[in-house]
Amino acid sequence: MILHELISYDVLRVIWWLLLGVLLIGFALTDGFDMGVGVLLPFVAKTDIERRIAINTIGPVWEGNQVWFILGGGAIFAAWPPLYAVSFSGFYLAMFVILAALIVRPVAFKYRSKRDDARWRNTWDWALFAGGAVPALIFGVAVGNVLQGVPFELTDDLFSRYEGAFHAKFAGLLNPFALLAGLVSLAMLTTHGAAWLSLKAEGPVAARARVFGTWCGIATIAGYALAGLWLAVGIDGYALVGEAAVNGPSNPLYSEVLRTESWLAAYAVRPWITLAPALGFLGMVMAVLGLRAGREGTTLLWSKLGIFGAISSVGLTMFPFILPSSLDPRSSLTVWDASSSHQTLFVMLIATVIFMPIILAYTAWVYRVLWGKVTEADVTDSGSAY
Amino acid sequence: MDLDIVELSRLQFAATVMYHFLFVPLTLGLSVIVAIMETVYVMTGRPIWRQMTKFWGMLFGINFALGVATGITMEFQFGMNWSYFSHYVGDIFGAPLALEGLMAFFLEATFVGLFFFGWDKLSKVAHLTVAWLVAIGSNFSALWILIANGWMQNPVGAEFNPDTMRMELTSFYEVMFNSVAQAKFVHTVSAGYVTAAVFVLGVSAWYMLKGRHIELARRSITVAASFGLASALSVVLLGDESGYDVSHNQKMKMAAIEGMWETEPAPAPFNLIGFPDMEARETHYAVKIPWLMGLIGTRSLTTEIPGINELVAESEDRIRSGIIAYDALMAIREARDATPPAVRAVFEDHGGNLGYALLLKRYLDDPREASEEQIKQAADDTVPNVWPLFWAFRIMVGLGFGFVAVMAYFFWRSSFRKQVYPRWALWGAVAIIPAPWIAAELGWIVAEYGRQPWTVDGVLPTALSVSHLSVADLLLTLAGFMIFYTILFVVEMSLMLKYIRRGPVEDVEETEIWTARHEHRLRTTDGKDPFAATTTE
Repeated sequence: MILHELISYDVLRVIWWLLLGVLLIGFALTDGFDMGVGVLLPFVAKTDIERRIAINTIGPVWEGNQVWFILGGGAIFAAWPPLYAVSFSGFYLAMFVILAALIVRPVAFKYRSKRDDARWRNTWDWALFAGGAVPALIFGVAVGNVLQGVPFELTDDLFSRYEGAFHAKFAGLLNPFALLAGLVSLAMLTTHGAAWLSLKAEGPVAARARVFGTWCGIATIAGYALAGLWLAVGIDGYALVGEAAVNGPSNPLYSEVLRTESWLAAYAVRPWITLAPALGFLGMVMAVLGLRAGREGTTLLWSKLGIFGAISSVGLTMFPFILPSSLDPRSSLTVWDASSSHQTLFVMLIATVIFMPIILAYTAWVYRVLWGKVTEADVTDSGSAY
Repeated sequence: MDLDIVELSRLQFAATVMYHFLFVPLTLGLSVIVAIMETVYVMTGRPIWRQMTKFWGMLFGINFALGVATGITMEFQFGMNWSYFSHYVGDIFGAPLALEGLMAFFLEATFVGLFFFGWDKLSKVAHLTVAWLVAIGSNFSALWILIANGWMQNPVGAEFNPDTMRMELTSFYEVMFNSVAQAKFVHTVSAGYVTAAVFVLGVSAWYMLKGRHIELARRSITVAASFGLASALSVVLLGDESGYDVSHNQKMKMAAIEGMWETEPAPAPFNLIGFPDMEARETHYAVKIPWLMGLIGTRSLTTEIPGINELVAESEDRIRSGIIAYDALMAIREARDATPPAVRAVFEDHGGNLGYALLLKRYLDDPREASEEQIKQAADDTVPNVWPLFWAFRIMVGLGFGFVAVMAYFFWRSSFRKQVYPRWALWGAVAIIPAPWIAAELGWIVAEYGRQPWTVDGVLPTALSVSHLSVADLLLTLAGFMIFYTILFVVEMSLMLKYIRRGPVEDVEETEIWTARHEHRLRTTDGKDPFAATTTE
């Protein structure tokens, strides 16, 4: 079949790099507020009915939202197999902790209100808190580590090896810069959750969410700025040596990589990418102002813009690197040498072009059906509410 | 390649996937049964059918939550524990997993929320559509994951690329319409339908025995028995189709299932029972049915089915050919674009057997230096452990025929005996609730254990597929999963039992109003209410 040559390999690779961003951002925008609501749950909702209202604002949609994450995993596997192989085994214990959190969460949603017992319910509420807070934190920590480079190397057979044992390495992941990135991620998604609650809940829950959201928003802005500064002065970047073989085979060992002064050199080469952090700041500032002023609909949109800017700024800063190696820079994975074959990228693109619009359409329809605030009556009158 | 890592990774995969598959078959089948019940509700308007939909839907929801949660583990485990597998075949294997997300998970997960929350927000027809979309989504996900699994059994549409050191896609069409994948899909989905039918039948029978929720139970048994009979027949017939495929594509698995060591003259007999002995390489006390094996496996009277010993000899030849391919590969890797065409041609000729050379990596780093003894040993490794396959297969098939009989019986009572069921039959229906799960897990043992020593048949040995981890890492996560999954299982079972014990929410008032309004339609010519039939004898 030569049909796939309609689109050249390098273009497909860039498209799939963009789609990787779309999936990660899609996950943060949708499941992000679910996790944020989980984090806020013990603090903004005091009584059982308040908690049920907060939970039921995301009750009908969290399951669909979570699929962005599952699809993200599948798409990385399909389009960037080396990235999937290296990162999932490299962040082994961190991935396990995320899995544990993501397994607890669905169960907590479904089972929490199925027993009328205060201790049972309180336990599951804290499970929901952990199910939101832990992944939000770890995703940020992972991004912080990726920016610093991950200690792996590829053998000639392209088997990926790591330095040291992982249960020991897990502590190494929690270095200061990575923790800062983790806290930014946690604060950002909590703000997003607060914006959602102020839109979908009423009364004291919404009011408390606005207060918490304001502070988390301010923390996000400060942390994001600090991380940017740190990146500028304290962290080495990576660069490809010579002209990149953009249409070459996906073998990372075919390219040479060296360490540079800073990632931020990218902003001199491609000044337009300044737009990403600028949108990040704009969105977060406007979200904070919106939460203060009690504006509902637009606040959520601003918060989405903030997340979009923050996540895309990381990807654009690192381009073409996806997963740099601190142990053996030559093994670093880039857009040009860590993708699937030409044909697989093409087939998957066709499938995405067909199904993504359909998914977006029916998701939008579901949100429209569920439009409006969740009230006490919605929770108590319906036999099927959580 | 530390063997401990391989064994622990396999144990973890087996444990988590078998746990996952406790929930999957019920999700597959119950989603369809619930949608059927709601269809009857929308067509007749009878409130009882909505109550049935809601009740079975509630049990579906409890089960669905754990199916989704444990499914995430599976998707991540390939990268976490099997990173060389992920690298080596991700170009082909990853695509169906991503498509599963795109086509199936979004569909079922987006609409499952609306199914539970949308009763008052949607019209009847819109809600029914939502129910069917959930069912279609669930079944689609089975399709894609089985295309992925089918490729591991029969790796078509792909070839090795020396530049990237991995298998790459050559034909997506072949991967998608892989005959093994298609046969597996229909067989697995039907097994899921049988599971749900047995579940609904058993729970309803328990209500009948307790004299509770008779109206709901009687109708549920009718649905379960008709749906279950069709499904059980299809499991058996399509299982036969699977067997036919296996005999073509995985001859070693077929011979092991059969405990057939020597090639028998066609048409080969079928070992009904026997005791396979790995050491002596024979099956003791075999009770043979003449001709049957040849008929099932080849659908002919003249085609031979090779025995294990013949296949081992064949493997040895392929290992030798694989070593030649490996040598060429090393030369290509050294010279890259400057490789002489003659070396490329050698790789073209022998590349298909490269995987067999990799079997030697268990014993030494460079297969080219393998001794005769090591080659013999690697060839012997291609024989899976025979007796678990032999017995797992027979128990599974026996259960399969059992389901046909049970469903046929209840279908007959339901259709021609006025829905009257003797108590022993009802108790029997309660007792066999676990049986379909046992059959399904045994089926997977046959499929996956029987594929050893390969993760991808003939392409990548299991021993090479793992990640660079330590034993401590694996023990930690294994223990974590065990503890975690046990707690979840206890919670899930207790909720399931609690809701079964509580039973459906019966809106008596609504039912009476509806009955009064439709009384004229309910009377038959003799003036009797056709639904006032007696219940148990």
